Amino acid sequence: MTSELFQLVLMTVVTAATPLILASIGELVTERAGVLNLGVEGMMIMGAAMGFAGAYSSGSTAIGALCGILAGMAMAALFGLLTIGFAINQVAAGLALTIFGTGLSGLLGAGFVGLKRDRSDQLHIPGLSDLPYVGQLVFGEDLFVYVAFGLVAGVAWFLSRSRTGLALRATGDNHQSAHALGLSVRRMRFLATLFGGACAGLAGAYLTLAYTPFWSPGMTAGRGWIALALVVFASWKPWRVVLGALLFGGATVLQLHAQAAAFGLPGQLLSAVPYLATIVALVLLSSGARKNAAAPAALGQAFIAPR
Amino acid sequence: MKKNAFKMALISAVAIAAASTAFAAEKLKVGFVYVGPVGDFGYSYQHDQGRLALQKALGDKVETTFLENVPETDSDRPIEQLARSGHKLIFTTSFGYMEPTLRVAKKFPGVKFEHATGYKRAENVATYTAKFHEGRYVIGQIAGKMTKTNTIGYVASFPIPEVVAGINAFMLGAQSVNPSVKVKIVWANTWFDPGKEADAAKALLAQGADIISQHTDSAAPLQEAEKAGKLGFGQASDQFRFAPKAQMTAIVDDWSSYYIERTKAVLNGAWKSKDTFGGMDADMVHMAPFTNMPDDVKKMAEETFAAIKAKKLNPFKCPIVDQDGKAVECKDGKALTDKQITSMNWYVKGIDDKLPK
Repeated sequence: MTSELFQLVLMTVVTAATPLILASIGELVTERAGVLNLGVEGMMIMGAAMGFAGAYSSGSTAIGALCGILAGMAMAALFGLLTIGFAINQVAAGLALTIFGTGLSGLLGAGFVGLKRDRSDQLHIPGLSDLPYVGQLVFGEDLFVYVAFGLVAGVAWFLSRSRTGLALRATGDNHQSAHALGLSVRRMRFLATLFGGACAGLAGAYLTLAYTPFWSPGMTAGRGWIALALVVFASWKPWRVVLGALLFGGATVLQLHAQAAAFGLPGQLLSAVPYLATIVALVLLSSGARKNAAAPAALGQAFIAPR
Repeated sequence: MKKNAFKMALISAVAIAAASTAFAAEKLKVGFVYVGPVGDFGYSYQHDQGRLALQKALGDKVETTFLENVPETDSDRPIEQLARSGHKLIFTTSFGYMEPTLRVAKKFPGVKFEHATGYKRAENVATYTAKFHEGRYVIGQIAGKMTKTNTIGYVASFPIPEVVAGINAFMLGAQSVNPSVKVKIVWANTWFDPGKEADAAKALLAQGADIISQHTDSAAPLQEAEKAGKLGFGQASDQFRFAPKAQMTAIVDDWSSYYIERTKAVLNGAWKSKDTFGGMDADMVHMAPFTNMPDDVKKMAEETFAAIKAKKLNPFKCPIVDQDGKAVECKDGKALTDKQITSMNWYVKGIDDKLPK
């Protein structure tokens, strides 16, 4: 395998994994606070539409990314208002959020269908980016990629090393105790939900600004749902999200390369590989010694303060 | 005074409403059901262009309605809703609407239904589709001429007859001008997922393809070709705006003439259930302007298009040899029959891929 082909294959794996990493790490924080937001797909597609609209209107990728983030947060705020404010069932509200986001993004993005803009900039460090095999891969990615990995590192540190992170986990594990300790359960959950929305919005913006630089309704094509599955796959641990996203993105992309290289394997079987890998990983994870320790204990439960 | 003004307004409003209902009752109501958004600049967009052409041509006699983004799995309700609200002719434009259309048609024998790309008919259900493979033969020829690496990439969706016939017609076109051409196929297993389609195109480009052809619905593969400085073709609709340096042409579905013809048939009472499989000769398949190619290739493409349109050239003319070197039975004598094309599940000779079964 030549240096160029090697890098190209691995870079497509990274581009396929990045939106999954972004959306999953946000949902992970939301879920660690005890909120199950099934509306990732809806927040993501709003981020994709508004990210493109913002970038196209302003001519700036950064402003586009910001618009994507804000759109995701607005959707998350709505979800938070319903589920944390009014204690509505989270599953139902999350599904409604996805349907709402899909429809609204189609409506708001209608004027931007069929337009295109240039792909967002890629990092270039003279010398380093030109190294064989790894130069482009490590030093020449879209800026979003570095943001995604930075976010994972930040979240990992925040959850395990910071005091607020500890409080957030306490909220997700036992909201009554957290409340008794004087922590504001609702405030914590609302902020965690907003963070999840911001990340999903950014993941959507990545699709329209870097992955395929145009907007089309329904273009997230189920990535929000995969991001949700990845959080479970990662057993709510930040770095495993990266592992899962690379595995999933990798299997999807590698099967396309395997077909192009004519290894003679049937496409349908190859397409199923990422899903098979997910099932195998879930079985392995759940057969471990601490199988029930992974999920936040109060996940999906509405909190109503005792009076 | 104030009360009087209100009364007047009310009366005139009622009068207008009555007038418009009376007016509407004279018009034939025609309904359309789309699987995607009309703004997809692809398949559903083209159907809606057909509706708009119908509105323009027969606007004084018909009134059109459309429902977009109708999921195939839950289409009984929307189709029935159209039938209940007085639509006398309903076009359901996606393969998956086949059974729902038949079920609703049974309940409304007075309503005429037209189902696109399906194969089941009834007294009041006709079917129609277009010979997209004729366009694929033309772009195959262009690709065969334009490739420098003799390797062409093909992003395919699902191994159904329409797609397989498209690949075969493409290959036959390419072989007709370049015997040593190779076509590499990647099955994306999706109709619409821009990210995945782009990744498939990247994989093909990495394997030395210098032209990308596609049978998936977004402009992403074409854009990848443009980004890599290579060439490609638009899908279902003119996608020049997405890749002005890469798009050589596009196969454009055109339903206008069919929709106008069938609506006229209902208006004058001549409508009958039948199957329509129209191609370039019936104006159902067009080519977008030929760009990004030298004049001799353009001339060749235009001539091929004219020949197919005039029925002088059939992409599936016999003899045709399949992948294993066996001659395909020529039931029509000169070319494959429509039935053979619409049930195609084998590759022609020279395709280096195993058909997923």
